[in-house]
Amino acid sequence: MNKPDMITVDGNEAAASVVYLCNEVIAIYPITPASSMGELADEWAAGGKPNLWGAVPTVIEMQSEAGAAGTVHGALQGGALSTTFTASQGLLLMIPNMYKIAGELTPTVFHIAARAIATHALSIFGDHSDVMATRSTGFAMLASNNPQETQDMALIAQAATLRGRIPVLHFFDGFRTSHEVSKIAALDREAVRAMLDDALIAEHRTRSMSPEHPVLRGSSQNPDVFFQSRERINPFYSAFADIVQAEMDRFAKLTARQYRLFEYAGAVDADRVIVIMGSGGDTVEETVAHLNAHGEKAGVIKVRLFRPLDAQALLVSLPKSVKSIAVLDRCKEPGAEGEPLYKDVVTALAQAYNAGKLTTLPKVMGGRYGLASKEFTPGMVKAVFDAMKAETLEQQFTLGITDDLTHLSLPWDAGFRTDANRKNTAAVFYGLGSDGTVSANKNSIKIIGESTDLYAQGYFVYDSKKAGAVTVSHLRFGPDAIRSAYLVGNDEAAFVACHQQVFLERYDMLDHAAEGGVFLLNTQSPPEKAWETLPRRMQQQIIDKKLSFYVIDAYKVAEQAGMGRRINTVMQTCFFAISGILPREQAIAAIKQAVEKTYGRKGRRLVELNFKAIDATLDNLNQVQVPASLTSTREKPPAVREGAPEFVRRFTAGLIAGRGDAVPVSLMPADGTFPLGTAAWEKRNLALEIPVWEADLCTQCGKCVFVCPHSAIRSRLFTADAAANTPATFKHVAARSKEFAGARISYQVAPEDCTGCGICVEACPIHDKSNVSRKALNMAPQPPLRDAERDNFAFFLGLPEYDREKVKHTTIPGAMLLDPLFEFSGACSGCGETPYIRLATQLFGDRMLIANATGCSSIYGGNLPTTPYTTNSEGRGPAWNNSLFEDNAEFGLGLRLAADQLMRYARDLVKTLANEIGGELSEQILNAQQREEAEIRAQQSRVAALLDKLKSIQKPEARSLEAVAEYLIRRSVWIIGGDGWAYDIGYGGLDHVLAQPYDVNFLVLDTEVYSNTGGQTSKATPLGAVAKFSAGGKPARKKDLARIAMDYEHVYVAQVAFGAKDVHTLRVFHEAESYPGPSLIIAYSPCIAHGVDLSNNLRQQDLAVKSGHWPLFRYDPREREAGKNPLRLDSPETSIPFKEFASTETRFTMLARSHPEEAAAFIQAAEAAARLRYAEYKELSEMPLPSANKTETDHG
Amino acid sequence: MVDLSTDYLGLKLKNPLVPSASPLSRSLDEARKLEDAGAAALVMYSLFEEALRSEEAMLDRFLLDQTIGHAEASGFMPAPHAYRSSLDHYLEQIHALKSSLEIPVIASLNGVSPSGWIELGAELQQAGAHALELNVYYVAGNIEQTGHDVEQRYLDLLRALRARVDIPIVMKLAPYFSSLPHFVRQVEKAGAQGVSLFNRFFQPDIYLEDLSIVDQLRLSSSEDSLLAMRWIAILYGRTRLSLAATGGVHTADDALKMLLAGADVVHMASALLQHGPSRLAEVLDGIRVWMETNEYESVTQMKGSLSQQHQKDPSVFARESYIRVLDSFSPPDGVWR
Repeated sequence: MNKPDMITVDGNEAAASVVYLCNEVIAIYPITPASSMGELADEWAAGGKPNLWGAVPTVIEMQSEAGAAGTVHGALQGGALSTTFTASQGLLLMIPNMYKIAGELTPTVFHIAARAIATHALSIFGDHSDVMATRSTGFAMLASNNPQETQDMALIAQAATLRGRIPVLHFFDGFRTSHEVSKIAALDREAVRAMLDDALIAEHRTRSMSPEHPVLRGSSQNPDVFFQSRERINPFYSAFADIVQAEMDRFAKLTARQYRLFEYAGAVDADRVIVIMGSGGDTVEETVAHLNAHGEKAGVIKVRLFRPLDAQALLVSLPKSVKSIAVLDRCKEPGAEGEPLYKDVVTALAQAYNAGKLTTLPKVMGGRYGLASKEFTPGMVKAVFDAMKAETLEQQFTLGITDDLTHLSLPWDAGFRTDANRKNTAAVFYGLGSDGTVSANKNSIKIIGESTDLYAQGYFVYDSKKAGAVTVSHLRFGPDAIRSAYLVGNDEAAFVACHQQVFLERYDMLDHAAEGGVFLLNTQSPPEKAWETLPRRMQQQIIDKKLSFYVIDAYKVAEQAGMGRRINTVMQTCFFAISGILPREQAIAAIKQAVEKTYGRKGRRLVELNFKAIDATLDNLNQVQVPASLTSTREKPPAVREGAPEFVRRFTAGLIAGRGDAVPVSLMPADGTFPLGTAAWEKRNLALEIPVWEADLCTQCGKCVFVCPHSAIRSRLFTADAAANTPATFKHVAARSKEFAGARISYQVAPEDCTGCGICVEACPIHDKSNVSRKALNMAPQPPLRDAERDNFAFFLGLPEYDREKVKHTTIPGAMLLDPLFEFSGACSGCGETPYIRLATQLFGDRMLIANATGCSSIYGGNLPTTPYTTNSEGRGPAWNNSLFEDNAEFGLGLRLAADQLMRYARDLVKTLANEIGGELSEQILNAQQREEAEIRAQQSRVAALLDKLKSIQKPEARSLEAVAEYLIRRSVWIIGGDGWAYDIGYGGLDHVLAQPYDVNFLVLDTEVYSNTGGQTSKATPLGAVAKFSAGGKPARKKDLARIAMDYEHVYVAQVAFGAKDVHTLRVFHEAESYPGPSLIIAYSPCIAHGVDLSNNLRQQDLAVKSGHWPLFRYDPREREAGKNPLRLDSPETSIPFKEFASTETRFTMLARSHPEEAAAFIQAAEAAARLRYAEYKELSEMPLPSANKTETDHG
Repeated sequence: MVDLSTDYLGLKLKNPLVPSASPLSRSLDEARKLEDAGAAALVMYSLFEEALRSEEAMLDRFLLDQTIGHAEASGFMPAPHAYRSSLDHYLEQIHALKSSLEIPVIASLNGVSPSGWIELGAELQQAGAHALELNVYYVAGNIEQTGHDVEQRYLDLLRALRARVDIPIVMKLAPYFSSLPHFVRQVEKAGAQGVSLFNRFFQPDIYLEDLSIVDQLRLSSSEDSLLAMRWIAILYGRTRLSLAATGGVHTADDALKMLLAGADVVHMASALLQHGPSRLAEVLDGIRVWMETNEYESVTQMKGSLSQQHQKDPSVFARESYIRVLDSFSPPDGVWR
């Protein structure tokens, strides 16, 4: 046996590398945190990498996980070795097929980055609730605890499934294992080959469906035999655990890594044992070693094969000396008396006792830990071992939270540390997502992993914002394998780096610093001034912990080397230089080598620039002499300002400050319900520059407000009286419009919420007549403006919204006077989606119900700590919910049906009580049309009057009507989501709801790619565009969703692009909302996934329209009823070649550099398709209608 | 038979017609057609400093290091394994042109700053380019910058390139030098083998519709050639550098005038883009016929025969001709009288 190659990879890559070798058909659908396994497989296949048998596997992206599972089922039945990767809701969608696959005794392994299932909220993070939901499918369940094991178990599972015919669910903890970068022993191809028995593969193929030896499978069975059939499989399950162990043993012979079904570690005479699955097992093992070294007798059983459960093997693994057992589950089954693993252990013990195999029963306690990647630390493990000493054991306890409501949580010592990391070094880095901190740290781990004998581990914590995302990197390295599956804790990091000066005021990063450690700060302040820039508490910590303090102006070094604002290699060089892990020269050589690897030949000039920066780094790195005493008087500012609502102060502020882990159970809403308007309190100050309004030039057109993705520039009309006491720098001028004679108007920026994308300036059509570069809006540095504009914005918000009834909602300047009820989202700077949502809330927000598909819009719309949705001054606003990814149309329809049903009920009650209510009011209520806003506002007043009246009516119907009176106000149902939902996973539902006559408004934010999960192809991806799973350019045309919807004839359909024609977008929103049936707005949404800077958002929309890629049109069935052609083309014929549009976006241009001939052919085909599509639409729009052809609406 | 051969940058060319940098060299087919039509060498399309830079920025931001700090998305594009940069395409094109053409291939570098792109010259040489054209398309609009500074920029870039390559370098110049002959001498000292006169600056235009500034490509016309002709006539015999005439050569007459003035080679681009490779054959034929008719034996014999130093009255290429021209102008009837 050769010494294995050591590689530094994350858990997903470790698993995927084996899976790829062992399979022939890989069907996937992107879902966090499993996506990268599928992406890697696709990448390898695109690069022609062969599997074990010399063939390149087929990797196919499906429309949903259900589709992927169906495809795998088919491929398996067709005789191929087939697999998939998924998590969470995706796994749930696979369950029906999993029953089939297992029922047919089909060998396959599904690889799962286990993740929480959405309940009261979605979470992308890791726990076992998804895999536990598949317990009864018949799949075997095999757990891996760390990246090394994800690789090894992937192979063991494959070998076992072929031998035992039971399909296997191979799972590991999402993020904690799937995304942990670790140095592991690689499996060589020969070992993988040796584990797979060709004869078994041949048997699999022999069992497959073939016309050469046809059989029938998947029959329907009657009560007479179904049950017996289910029992017929028992021998396979009885044999399987032994088969898995045998494969583990075979694996050990090949690799010297021995695994067991239930792996015991700890004292041979342990009195207390924890039973656990997944990454937590390593943390327990580490803690057990520590406790035993300090005189305790503890042990851990790491469960690997959970199904089929081999009770005998479990019992054998338990030391005879055990007195009490704690079983920890990483999931929750509400209402159960314990979680699955706990119950299995209890059952196994009880059965053994009953069978006489045990003479006494140990005490068993069961509890929950680690839901949605909640930290699970040695301190918590110790708390469990301590609790096991009690006479009576706690049941259903929880770990890692403070449960002040049901008092189930065990207290733990957060300061407890094991000896495991004594010899290891820990480092923590605070950076921005965009500054390269994460990639630099991943490189550093690889360098340490590959250039030294040291082991290394990296784990990365991200916030949920897309603009200005903060990343915290946790690194460990040392002489022993690192199994600490938890973050670097307080006082642990020998090295703390702050890559962004602004973080000093936001994060208590030096809490991590160990005594005598190093603090490295990237600062633009000169070394002699750097100390003064630190808040008081940080200075105190530096002095108290005796930290060495280093500074560098990495931006200067990067800039001078020609690297712009990329500081990653500079900071990385500092890290190696200061930490001394490697000799300096060796470290620098290794960093350079890593740079060369990243950029390769194609980026060789970037390599040189990086080298220049690296070489200049050490001359710019300075150690600051730490004074003996504090000099700073500045405290870290509070997370939210004064005046915040009670909920925000009590709850949200803690989350913003990064103290969410300390929130006790009682503070949480019980059912996932949160107030709106919280984003306004999270001031992130991301913009380097903000727009400044030149009131004298401005024509008050409102375009800047219309295009702003973050609702950070607003316009407001107000009376001259209201303008009496403005702040000194608050700008306002007389309204230009005659109808508002005498009124004042202001365009005001929210300086701390603006992200600085600059598209408002881009949209501004007004130039100074004498100086074309001066517009009515111009960008200027934010810091000097911040304080004054903050006061101005506060004053602006204090001005009342102008009477909505006096403002023209159908013009841009008018509509932009309406308050947005969607503001300051976490969307990317320059986002192409959010202006559409903001517009809808301005027009209809006070009556909106929003069904939001999972995706970017649900993340920037509803990811804690804050939400951008807010209320108007009356407290009305959009009510928002995210059901699932796949069912959003149906969910929205349900909202509509409920509204309609309860409106009918309320109307019946009004009729019943007409006499008591009064004829006039009841008639008005019942006859209100409520298509236009004025009518709806009138109805709102009537309902208020009605409620008032009802108080005095002493009839039971009056009480019933009180409960449903608000349904008398028409609700505007909006079903919002991206193209992944509308074109792919949710298309069936969307199609069905469109086919109904109900009044719902679909808003499809079409980015032409799965944006949130990282750029995978959808059926909206254009021909020839490169996306993940279309590395060679998408070969098929973009699905024409509008055309399909038009085919129903009763659906209002429109395609819009606000950056190309804003008035058209505005008009479409009005028409769609007022149309009393289903409406579908397909909105072109430039996205960073297109590979173009979003400061060009408007230009890209314009080019898309001009090139014919995105024609603007409206299909209004009401026109048909009026005898006119319902389709109107609203954009002129193609005026620029498609190539001109395509040449501005990396998604098209990269193909020209990899496959020039194919790219040219695609461009030609796309050009032809765009022209043809336009011609077809034109023809449709000009087609004369047969007379008296009215729309038929089918209410059936 | 007249001998059309000429020496250019130390290369022996079969005739003086050389297609200058244009998109035509992007296609092997088109390049072959040019050779078949009689082209004596080929200047490739330019490798632009700015294009390389923006490609690098795109690569850096969207393809090579995609980490953006989103927990759910490690990036947005597939790994660009098959991606080849425009530089690599260029190098491959040099190689491809060399293997499919008999005539020499001259690579063209176009840029203005000493930011390291010039170092690419070594790769172009290694890829097999017979010579390099260095095109410093520099608009000297900085009020703090002296004429000397501007000249220094050209010379610095030339020296930097010279230090990296052994093959001949021809520097393509703009006409806007205070003392062109003196500057050409410095170019010679700095190690060039030739100068190419002149770079034609594409002039931006104002689009009145939205007051934007638009770039436009205006192809040259024969009139444009006279500027280069004068300076070639002046320089001929006063420098050891090869002289290439570029800009506005559309006909045999245009080309002949350049040769008579002293050009070693005559470049064509606009005419070829407009009329195809046959135009080159026509021009070549026209040269041959004219020479035969006028009993010239060789291009060498003809070259520079009308240069300034061979004029009885050297002032024809100088200021005096200006006065004569002005005086000779008479407005059309009815305009003034």
